[in-house]
Amino acid sequence: MEAKKIYEILSGRFGSAIQQFQENTLPPSIVVGHQAIVEVCDFLKKAEELEFLSLICLSAVDMQEKGKMAVVYHLGSMRQRHTIVLKVELDRGSPHVRTVGTVWPVAAWYEREAYDLLGVVFDGHPDLRRILMPEDWEGYPLRKDYVYPKRYHTWDV
Amino acid sequence: MGALEDRLPDNILFTTVDKFLNWSQKSSLWYMLFATACCGIELMQTGASRYDLDRFGAVFRATPRQSDLMIVAGTITHMMADRVKRLYDQMPSPKYVIAMGSCANTGGPFYKDSYAVLKGVDRIIPVDVYVPGCPPRPEALIEGIMKLQEKIMEKKNLVRK
Repeated sequence: MEAKKIYEILSGRFGSAIQQFQENTLPPSIVVGHQAIVEVCDFLKKAEELEFLSLICLSAVDMQEKGKMAVVYHLGSMRQRHTIVLKVELDRGSPHVRTVGTVWPVAAWYEREAYDLLGVVFDGHPDLRRILMPEDWEGYPLRKDYVYPKRYHTWDV
Repeated sequence: MGALEDRLPDNILFTTVDKFLNWSQKSSLWYMLFATACCGIELMQTGASRYDLDRFGAVFRATPRQSDLMIVAGTITHMMADRVKRLYDQMPSPKYVIAMGSCANTGGPFYKDSYAVLKGVDRIIPVDVYVPGCPPRPEALIEGIMKLQEKIMEKKNLVRK
């Protein structure tokens, strides 16, 4: 199914929670309000003609110049042979979004990575710890204003 | 030589204590089974039949407590660095370290702007021999082990400290 069509189905069902359709990005993406993301994902997974059974990737983007933090969801459907990208824009000061681990269990690990590197907090996540960096590491290394530490434990970084 | 050795049975040799101790050390460099990245593949190849590291008396051990040599084969992240240091501390003396490949030497391709990678394993443990390459071929690693053997042969064990 075309991305445009999926957007129309979603706006018909969720109204103003579906904020924008970005046609010129590659692949085309849909901006969703962060309160509705779990319901939208649940619908996309379960609706008969959509069947997005797999979360291909979940990542986060630091948009410092806009004061926003975006979380990007790449969804795919093997049965229907289509993909779609969802975006959620959050306040950069305190980026909070609900976990989609209830829809796709694999999201738990992606969300830990986004938390580890960019500090996005996923509310309702069962085990939100760092996954790549050491647990006592300070700061979120992929944020654009991140300052590298000089020392870590007993050695120079 | 003659006179003295003619009076002894076969297979008796003379040497110094230092030389004998060093010779036995260099001929049984048991290395730890430990690799973190693609250098580990070359390390396995070096240990396998084609390059046959056993010729040098170097066999792998799966525990630091039986190892004399740590070959740091691969990228060391800050998260791993604590573990590397702990493994090194668990090895009995005398112990040696070979830094294999660019990552273990200097951080290699991750040197600039990496938040996760330790820029050279010599920041946490003392290194005896650096083997360059990305990854080094087995010949290069064998050269490194031979350099370490030369280094061991120059040790003075019986000097009063």
